[in-house]
Amino acid sequence: MPLSTSSNFARPDDAFRAIVEAHRGFTEEQSADFDAALVLILANHIGDIDVLREAIGLAKRRMIDGQQQQQQQ
Amino acid sequence: MAQANTHQAKIQFGYRRHSDQDRPGQAPAEHPVVIVGAGPVGLSLAIDLAQRGQRVVLLDDADRIGEGSRAICFSKRSLEYWDRLGVGDRMVAKGVVWSVGRIFHGESLLYQFNLLPEDGHKRPAFINLQQYYAEAYLVDRIQDLPEIDLRWRNKVTALEQRNDSVALTIETPEGAYRLHAQYVIACDGARSSLRQMVGAEFAGQVFEDQFLIADVKMTAEFPTERWFWFDPPFHAGRSALLHRQPDDVWRIDLQLNRYADPALEKKPENVRPRIARMLGHDKFEFEWISLYKFQCRRMDRFIHGRVIFAGDSAHQVSPFGARGANSGLEDAENLSWKLDRVLRGTSPASLLESYHAERSLAADENIRESTRSTDFMASNSHQEARLRKAVLSLAKETEFGKRMVNGGRLSVPCSYESPLSSPDADAWSGGPPPGCSMLDAPIAERAYLTDAFCKDGTDFTLLSFSNGTAIDVPDGVRNIRIGGEGGLADPSGLVAKRYDAAPGAAYLLRPDGYVAARFRHPTRAAIAAALSQAQGLN
Repeated sequence: MPLSTSSNFARPDDAFRAIVEAHRGFTEEQSADFDAALVLILANHIGDIDVLREAIGLAKRRMIDGQQQQQQQ
Repeated sequence: MAQANTHQAKIQFGYRRHSDQDRPGQAPAEHPVVIVGAGPVGLSLAIDLAQRGQRVVLLDDADRIGEGSRAICFSKRSLEYWDRLGVGDRMVAKGVVWSVGRIFHGESLLYQFNLLPEDGHKRPAFINLQQYYAEAYLVDRIQDLPEIDLRWRNKVTALEQRNDSVALTIETPEGAYRLHAQYVIACDGARSSLRQMVGAEFAGQVFEDQFLIADVKMTAEFPTERWFWFDPPFHAGRSALLHRQPDDVWRIDLQLNRYADPALEKKPENVRPRIARMLGHDKFEFEWISLYKFQCRRMDRFIHGRVIFAGDSAHQVSPFGARGANSGLEDAENLSWKLDRVLRGTSPASLLESYHAERSLAADENIRESTRSTDFMASNSHQEARLRKAVLSLAKETEFGKRMVNGGRLSVPCSYESPLSSPDADAWSGGPPPGCSMLDAPIAERAYLTDAFCKDGTDFTLLSFSNGTAIDVPDGVRNIRIGGEGGLADPSGLVAKRYDAAPGAAYLLRPDGYVAARFRHPTRAAIAAALSQAQGLN
């Protein structure tokens, strides 16, 4: 099964807010620790190395696009 | 330093002049096989070849068995190999048997694992045994084998590849002499001089972190388990390992700062307080202290003309996972039967190429596994350390977190994608597929399938499950039959279960115990085809 990129939440704003609010009151360092744990939990829940690799690839493309934009500025 | 008086094994050997040294330089002695390096790999390979009837010259530049415990964990697979070489019982009788590992984080136990959670195997998951004992027992075994000519203080100083042989120049206390060998097997360790002589690269990853090994002698009540700590209270922020060896010797492995000064850290007066903090007392003596950095690397090609590399000379891994000596022993077992066939002319020299194919694949797997373990222990970046911290904290309350904690993934036989294997034509829902090592199971009280396999030495063997009809087995293939009249018993049903075998099924095993092919309904033609595939005749 490929990585699903269609909208899966009935209420996407709830999901986004839940993650944002989970970080409330954290320092940058704590936020990064929290994200690391969350990523591992979600990765295990997906439990499919191909889907995980696809997700990593999709996330990585943001970084590359971001770098290119910075270089153009 | 190892203290010779703490163990009875003979460790010092005399140099003896050999008549090969008296031959004129232009007519050197010719030998089929010369093995260089009398460590566990070279010694085992020599015994294996001798048991197959080959004459072997085994050279070692020292006159004694190396000091220090060095390799200590010998795997089930290695013990099964040593059973085939006639030394398994002695190793196991002296060794400390273990199968349970515990991983701690800080003060608390994160989880424990059992490497052999089922009964019905002759050999345990592991024994711990100082390398000097293993080598001493192998040297003793060699005394029974006149085919082996073991020459101490014989150091190879030059090597010349010829069309039909290798010319070696060998330095001894009484000067140099020359030998010709059809094949030279380099088992001369990580700093292999033969590797330099053939001009081979040995590139790979160097790990910056330093580790301190101390073998200490003490009486202690710790159980015979492998204990591994992340961030223990006695060694904050780093990892530690505690493991029992025979004679009340304990292996302690402490991760150090990558900037630590080796000369300083190695001094007993500096090691002692660290270990005392770990043990809570200082009633112990040092047997051996060593500080090391490690590398994970392998040669591109294990075969250079007529020089073949095995063990640490061909590949090196970090010690976490017991993949060094054990993989070297697997090299020896993989190579021995192939070289024997090539020397006899029953298989073409190209069969040796499968040694490189199979064992370089295994080396890649061992390097991958041990690199991952090392990276987990000694994170390379801030973010890697952060992810590790997350795994360790998740491990306290989740099963998946426990499984991600990597304190060493211990050696198991590699599965080969091999040109010698015949792929399955039938449907199987279990059992070892072609390219995997045979599995043990009981065939009577205190008798095992692995015993039956090596009863008269090892050769190609058909393991068949009787359905009343005899299988027409090709010449040169032994038959181990389970069930039926005159067949072996399967008292617990575990043989059939572990091989997913209904009556009529059969497995073709190679002389190294790997599965070459398997059949639900074997025919003579199918077995013969798989046999010639596995013998490199196709």
